[in-house]
Order: sequence, then structure tokens, then C-alpha cells
Amino acid sequence: MSSLSTDTAAPAPAEGSAPGIGQRFAPALMAGPATVLFAVLVLTPLLLTFLLSFNEYEHATGRTHGFTLSHYAEVLTDGYYLEIFLRTFRVAALATAICAVIGVPEALILSRMRNPWRSVFLLVVLTPLLVSVVVRAFGWSMLLGPDGVVNMILQAVGIGRTRLLYSEGTVVVALVHVMLPFMVIPVWTSLQKLDPAVEQAALSFGASRTTTMLRVIAPQILPGILSGSLIVFGLSASAFAIPGLLGGRRLKMVATVVYDQYLGELNWPLGAAIAVILLVANLIVMLTYHHVVDGHYRKRMG
Amino acid sequence: MSFLTLRNVTKRYGSFEAVGNVTLSVEKGEFVSLLGPSGCGKTTTLQMIAGFVDVTSGTIELDGRDITRTKPNSRGLGIVFQSYALFPHMTVADNVSFGLEMKRVPKAERAALVEEALALVHLDKYAGRYPRELSGGQRQRVALARAIVIRPPVLLLDEPLSNLDAKLREAMQFELRDIQRKVGTTTIMVTHDQAEAFSISDRVVVMEAGRITQIDQPYRIYEHPETEFISRFVGKTNMLPGTVSAVGNGRATVSLAGMAAGMPADVPADGLSMGETVVLCIRPEKLRLAPAGQGRLQGRVTDRFFLGSQWLYHLDGPLGPLMAVATNDGEAPLDPGAPVGVDWPAAVVRVHRGAMPAAPELESLE
Ligand SMILES: Nc1ncnc2c1ncn2[C@@H]1O[C@H](COP(=O)(O)OP(=O)(O)O)[C@@H](O)[C@H]1O
Ligand SMILES: [Mg+2]
Repeated sequence: MSSLSTDTAAPAPAEGSAPGIGQRFAPALMAGPATVLFAVLVLTPLLLTFLLSFNEYEHATGRTHGFTLSHYAEVLTDGYYLEIFLRTFRVAALATAICAVIGVPEALILSRMRNPWRSVFLLVVLTPLLVSVVVRAFGWSMLLGPDGVVNMILQAVGIGRTRLLYSEGTVVVALVHVMLPFMVIPVWTSLQKLDPAVEQAALSFGASRTTTMLRVIAPQILPGILSGSLIVFGLSASAFAIPGLLGGRRLKMVATVVYDQYLGELNWPLGAAIAVILLVANLIVMLTYHHVVDGHYRKRMG
Repeated sequence: MSFLTLRNVTKRYGSFEAVGNVTLSVEKGEFVSLLGPSGCGKTTTLQMIAGFVDVTSGTIELDGRDITRTKPNSRGLGIVFQSYALFPHMTVADNVSFGLEMKRVPKAERAALVEEALALVHLDKYAGRYPRELSGGQRQRVALARAIVIRPPVLLLDEPLSNLDAKLREAMQFELRDIQRKVGTTTIMVTHDQAEAFSISDRVVVMEAGRITQIDQPYRIYEHPETEFISRFVGKTNMLPGTVSAVGNGRATVSLAGMAAGMPADVPADGLSMGETVVLCIRPEKLRLAPAGQGRLQGRVTDRFFLGSQWLYHLDGPLGPLMAVATNDGEAPLDPGAPVGVDWPAAVVRVHRGAMPAAPELESLE
């Protein structure tokens, strides 16, 4: 019906040109404000950081404006930085995997709840987002500290005081806590889009609950798991507050090293180079992952 | 001995009774339709047979076995959903194969059965496609192939054709019936479309507000509707209010409101008593148009509609508006405003007890 009316309106010569131009540029105009905001707030600092990473640096004189690739060479050849990068991606990958293992069933359970409870629990899932990351990190450090609740319990049951803080495990646990909503929400959204009859169809053919889950539901929510994983991984790999507060001085991750270079060593160009490498490495990991998983999915679902 | 039996099956949501006291026996190989307006409980009934909705009270028996509390995945029924519910991430062949796989049919045998089922619905060329690459009619046939390939004891169809356009729907009606005859599966179909129910069913179950009001062959339901609701729901009908003015010899005479006493209607008595208020129902195609001055009553054409093989006339007369259908025999039709006589054989009149229903109700029906 609607296509019919536009078809008949189109040949009218008087109207043909003026709204045509308006319509052609309307999407661009509407996207304008967001584009400007993105350019000013994201691209400009990124570009400046990128340029900064090629500046020379002397301990005595600080930053100069000469051009050098030495910072990149230093980061890429020094085992110290390599270890930090590996740790960062290991922690991020672990946090992503755990988020998927916890978040997917959580979203499934959430999607099966009836309404008063569904809303309540959805809110519970989202609450971590309402509390500052710093506050949550402090919360964890109080829980896991030498005199924290966990250690008190460990002592009480006779295991004895254990050093929990400043370990990779603690950083992973805290990251999972912070990132979980970013996994649950996309998975939940893709579950909402499923036709409940498809699940019933699988059951009617004699499939067990588990088979239905694995063969019918899981493949359909794969895009949700994929986007959740990308968000969690990206945010975890560049996380600063959690590793900064729970990893301590020794357990460095890339973002904390960048911070150290900027504010500790005052070697801004080196910090910038590390930041750029993190960005590129992050992009490569995410694009590869996306390519592998989504390619597999696209082949089937289009 | 009936194959599938529903006994006093009731479903309540809180205090709302979606399905009440449904009792139904279906023979092996029979094609039965549940027909009724939207919201009358057809889907709920079907879903109780499928096992997706719990029965509040009553029992469901399949082949002598009580399946009232059996889980849906152990009932082994074939179901075609209104939305088709194909597995979007599987090819047509994989969709059809799924049920066989769950039954642990060996792989080689599976491939042969899938091929056979797809050939039956004329989709053998599409085995490698994904559902999104198919048209609505093709998806519908995949859903059908998927359901019949497992040789279910009972096939359940929930408005299987309602998502198709009119032309395709008609073609699929006959194809569906054809396939069902070939396979011989006992079939229960839910529909709100009386033409669909009538053209392909052995028996039609008319439902109204959660209850069964009539179970009969399509022709009997059309010609002998047991309630005036059914006579309005299945096809068009003229309703004439009247009062029983005489009873005797197994016949009753009904005086029609607004009509001269000289032309009363003569109907079977059927337990009618003197002075009772009744409604006479006459289908439009049963009215005969006669030259002005002849027939039981005189009227005037107010409007006419060309239906291809027939003309539908709207008439006005002493009994109020009437609808009449005349075969398009190639002669010039009557013009609006033309006077016309109306006649009908006594046998075509159906009598229903009670007063006329409120007029707007007609519009709300499908
Ligand atoms: N889960 C439910 N909760 C409450 N009421 C329901 C539920 N499912 C169906 N109903 C009600 O039961 C009645 C019958 O529904 P349904 O069987 O779907 O009708 P039909 O298929 O004949 O259109 C409707 O009035 C509907 O609102
Ligand atoms: Mg329905």
C-alpha cells in the first residue's frame, strides 16, 4: 500500500526535485551531530595520541618534537612489555570466557522468568553499572584484603590467611563482576527475539531439553554471545581501575603501564605508543574473533 | 473405538475459562477442524493435545493410552505451528531430518525419508536452502514435511494457511488434503476460516467461547446449524424475527414481524410452543428471486455486488434488509431500485429459539 502511494507521487514533476534532495541528505544531516561529537571527542584525542607516540623523548629535556619510531621498537622488543601485553590479553580472555559461562545461563533463566520477577532480576543484573567501578574495586579489595571478610572466613575454617589481593585471579574475578551485564544484556536481547514456537517444535520432535538448548537455541543466540564477548573483551583489555586497584604495583596490565608512563615516568610518547599498540592489538583480536565466529554463523543464517 | 479422545478437557487461567468441558472423539485417519472466532480457545485446545499447555481437568487419550500428563517430547505428535517455527539455522533438509534424528533413525534411512517427504510437498529442489531463502508457501510446506516425516500418530495444524495470500491459501488447502489422504495421518487443524475448514475436513468442530457448540460434517453444519451463532458464523444468513402462532401435526406456523398474516412461515414443530419468540434463518442462496408481484413477499433491490459466478443482492422489504444470491446465468442483472418478489421453499428455513441477537455482533465476527 505505502509503496503504491509513493510510486504514484514520484512522477509529479513539481515535487520531484525539492524533497528528493532533502531526502537524500536527510540521513547525513541526522547523523551529523553524532558524527561531529565522535570526531571531536574520540578521533581528535586518538589522532593526537597517535602523533605523540612518534615524538622523541629525553630524560633530561622531556618531550621534543623530532620524529622517531624508537618507542614502538622498545615496546615490541622488550620482554617486559610483551609479558604485560600477554597478561592483559590472558586476563581479558579469561574474564570474557567466564562472563560467557555465567552470563549465558543467567540470560536464559532471566528470559524464562515471569514478569514481576523478570523485571526485578533484570534490575539486579544491571545494578553493577550503577555503582562506580572505583567503588566496586574498593569493595573487592576490602573483601579480599588481609583483614577482609574472605580471609576471616578462611582463618575460621582453618585454611589460614591467604594472599588474595594483587593476583591475576582477583583481577579476573573483579572484571567478571563488572563486565557481566555487558554479556547478559546482548544475550538476553537475542533470546527475546526467538520465536517460542521454535523451541516447542524441537520438543515436539522428541528432543530433550538439553538437545533443544544445544541444537536449536544456542545457535540462534550466537550473535548475542558474540557481541557480548567483543564488548567484554574490549573493555577488559583496556580496563584501568580494576587492575590498578586490585592488581597492585607489581601486577601490571597495559592500561596501568600507560598510566605509569604518563604520570610516573612522564614519558608521554612511550605511553602513547603503548596505548596505540594496545588499540591495534585489541582491534586485531576482536576482528579475528568476529570474523571466525560471525563467518561461521553468517554461512547459516545470513 | 476412537483414536484420539478428549474427555471433559478444561483449561482455566486463574478464574478465566479458556476451554471448557471439551469432549471430542477423532477416528484414525480422520481430518477434523476446530473452527471458531479468534480467542475461542482453539489454539489452547490444540496446545493441550500437544502437551504445551497443562490440562486443568479432564483427560486426553491417544490410541487407548492416557497422555494427559505426558511431556510434549514424549508424545511423538507432528505439529505445524502458525509461525511455522522452522529452525532458522538449519537447511530445509536438516529441518526435516531433525525429528528423525531425535528418533535415532539411521543416517542412510534418514536421507531417503527426508527426500521422500520433500518430494511429497514438491520441495525436493530446495533441500539445501535455508528457511530465510524460501517464500511463505514454501516454508509452510517445509513445516508440513517436517511434521509428517516422523509418521506421527496425530498431526496438529494451528492455522497453517493463515499467513498465505488468498490464492496460495486455496491451492494449499487442496494440497494439504491431498497429502493428508496420501499419508493417512489423523489430523486436527485449527482455523478461523470457515471456507478452509469446510473444504478440507471430514468433520468440523465449531467452538464458541471455549466450548464446543456443534460437531458435524461440513455440509451438515452449513445446512443444519444448531445455533443461530453458527448460522451467522458459517456463511451469511438472513435472520427474520417471529412468533409461533400455531402448532399442530408436527408443524408450527410462525408469524413474521412486519409481515401480513396471510403469509406465515411453516416450519417443523420440534418442541416449539405457542407464542414462543423465534428467529428464522435463511441462507441468501436459498432465497429465490421472482418477478414483482409473485413469491412470498415483495421487496426492492437496494444494491448489487458482482461475485463472478454469482450476484449478491441487498434487498429491502417488509421484513427489513435481506441478502439474496443469484447465479450469474449470463442474463442482465436486476438494477438497484427494481421491485422484486422473494420466495423460498419451506424446507430451507432453520428455526432458532430466542430473540434476535444485537446487530453489531455481526460485524465483529470473522
Ligand atoms: N497464557 C494465557 N494466560 C491467560 N489467558 C490466556 C493464555 N493463553 C490464552 N489465553 C486466553 O484464552 C483464550 C483462548 O485463546 P486461544 O486458544 O489462543 O484462542 P484462539 O486460538 O481460538 O484464537 C483467549 O481469550 C486468550 O486470551
Ligand atoms: Mg489461535
